[in-house]
Amino acid sequence: MKKVLCTVLAVVMAFVCFAGCSAPAAEGGNEAVGSAASGDTIKVGLLGPYTGDLAVYGLAVKNGATLYFDKVNAEGGINGKKIELISYDNKGDDAEAINAFNREVDEGITAFIGDVITSNTIAVAGEANAVNMPMITASATAEAVTVNPDDGSVYTNVFRTCFIDPFQGEKMAQYANEKLGYTRAAVIVQTGNDYAAGLNEAFKAKCEELGMTIVAEEGYAKGDKDFNAQLTNIKAADPEFIFCPNYYEDDGMIVKQARALGLTVPFLGGDGWDGVVKYASAEELEGTFYCSAYAPGSTDAVKAFEEAYTAAYGTDTLNMFAANAYDAAMVMCAALAKAEETGEAPASDAYKQAVIDAIKTEGASVVGITSEAGYTFDANNNPIKDAVIMTITNGEAVYKETF
Amino acid sequence: MDKIKKPLPMLLRYAINLAIFAVFLFGVNALITGGSVPNYYTKVIVLCGINIILAVSLNVATGYLGQLPLGHAGFMAVGAYASALFLRAVPNLPEFVAFPLGIILGGIVSGIFGILIGIPALRLKGDYLAIITLGFGEIIRVVLLNIDSVLGFNFTYGAASLKNIPKYTSFFNCFLCVGIVCFLIHTLMKSKHGRAILAVRENEIAADSVGINLTYYKALGFTVSAIFAGVAGALYASYLGILNPSSFGFMKSIEILVMVVLGGMGSMVGSIVSATVLTAVPELVLRAFSDYRMIAYSLLLIVVMIFKPSGLMGQYDFSLTGLIDKARMGKLFRKGKGKKEKAGDK
Repeated sequence: MKKVLCTVLAVVMAFVCFAGCSAPAAEGGNEAVGSAASGDTIKVGLLGPYTGDLAVYGLAVKNGATLYFDKVNAEGGINGKKIELISYDNKGDDAEAINAFNREVDEGITAFIGDVITSNTIAVAGEANAVNMPMITASATAEAVTVNPDDGSVYTNVFRTCFIDPFQGEKMAQYANEKLGYTRAAVIVQTGNDYAAGLNEAFKAKCEELGMTIVAEEGYAKGDKDFNAQLTNIKAADPEFIFCPNYYEDDGMIVKQARALGLTVPFLGGDGWDGVVKYASAEELEGTFYCSAYAPGSTDAVKAFEEAYTAAYGTDTLNMFAANAYDAAMVMCAALAKAEETGEAPASDAYKQAVIDAIKTEGASVVGITSEAGYTFDANNNPIKDAVIMTITNGEAVYKETF
Repeated sequence: MDKIKKPLPMLLRYAINLAIFAVFLFGVNALITGGSVPNYYTKVIVLCGINIILAVSLNVATGYLGQLPLGHAGFMAVGAYASALFLRAVPNLPEFVAFPLGIILGGIVSGIFGILIGIPALRLKGDYLAIITLGFGEIIRVVLLNIDSVLGFNFTYGAASLKNIPKYTSFFNCFLCVGIVCFLIHTLMKSKHGRAILAVRENEIAADSVGINLTYYKALGFTVSAIFAGVAGALYASYLGILNPSSFGFMKSIEILVMVVLGGMGSMVGSIVSATVLTAVPELVLRAFSDYRMIAYSLLLIVVMIFKPSGLMGQYDFSLTGLIDKARMGKLFRKGKGKKEKAGDK
């Protein structure tokens, strides 16, 4: 009996495996033929972690981009062609990201919005560079996404609508010094985290330049829940503020434990703080500052975006990543519209090159949610835009100023 | 009808298997280079190959040697970083020289770590061994994370990821490695040393009493397992082109262990089948279910474990030439008698 069951299971698994191999291949093939023949859709790929720890980023990017593409489609598409989105989950895993990206390429995408997490994006950027795929990431902030770190050459096809890690660290050091008038900083940073390290290095360098002193620098490991040891050391060093360039879950716990220890100085952080209000109480978070790319409710355009987003997806993922992704989609659509003028077929090499060229030229005229001045890209394909300083009062993140 | 009693000669058996493997290797390679297999499927197939090597190598320590190491991802990481750093250091060497050297280097360095860890670790048994290897795996990951720059020059780049690793891994060289690794493990297990390793698994005291050097054979099995994990790591590095210590966490070790247990501990063909299925199914089939993908994957594991706790294949190893022999001798459909012979042959 057991043997029979085992055999049946094995056969079913084998069958499922092979069925999987053949079915999508056939579909993919048909689609490619279909679109090449009629050319009535433009396929755009999306990729991100939609499940797992980092899903809040992945879903925000997916929703934000989808919102704009849907809007374009509702208005008749680009040059009469509808945009077809192909979106896959990568679970935040490098190997899965590469596989899923290649799957999208095989299915005939012309442009790509993503990836979300920095290490995934670097992995995908290498693949995208090989096929010269126009790519805009809305959230990967490491310098190495657009620049080859070994020889300094720029990946010409990769752009981003968020700002880079060092920029945020510098901005916050400057802000603390110039606007808040602080000179004594303490740092608590997750070791082995590329994002946190990037902000931290730039922050320290800028502090030194501005003549500020770092009175304590404490590290913790990924997954730590108890920060009392580090915070006690920081308290002993008596800083004027604490720079905490980590992700929101950790930030929430750190602030909570710091207040419990009687450490009342303000916290400053990077855009990883976005979403922190769910992880600590209003009193504990009072008077913290972080820089962000997006100021909720600041202008009419932003309000309209928030309204549309809330109607479609609720408020759970309405954050900076969604806004940046919306902008990325906007830049991409402007570039696609320009590329349409060449009359090339979508997904052809000439078309992709036209999109890449158009991103640079058309970006400037795009009035984005997070950058009213448009998207001009510097020599390394990073956008030139201002940071927004957010502060938390009464348990809510509010727009303080553009700095 | 005359019954043929003699099995096929050994050389012919090897020749048949080699021929079939070569047909598979060159056939699929021709399909891929001919462009009839989409890029995505090629990538998934290569990933299957890497996972096959991982599962088959862990099977040596888990299935044949009967230990429970939980640090396989650590050895893989050592091999991956060794090979990646080597390949980055010699950009001018042609691929056909550099890549094999990188793979061999990955295997050797990983093997050295295997010996270093194996000798003290294997004095322990069962769950103690599991914990110490688990610890080792984590140590490797944390060390790789923290030796980002050593003595002023960049080494592993830590969490910033080691980038620009030459992407040499292709279907052909990956599955060539799969073939070589499977062959080497197979011949090892058929030899005197293999039988000693199996004896250690069956009963340590009995094995000791007939003069088998327990420490030696445990360390041997463990090291072989580590060497091939390093080979898989080297292929993985050149497959991704970017290495991040976080990909070699505890869960990666568990993932490999799941492949081995699901396929059947002590069955090479089981490891191969389950590594292929567990890599391909979540990628190819379950993508359609997007949100329910991971639930479906877990359900698959639970169902198999409930109905077949010894794994899909148990300890059975498939042997094509054995099958041919049986067909020649007319034993193929006779029940009972064939069963005993199955366990040993391949």
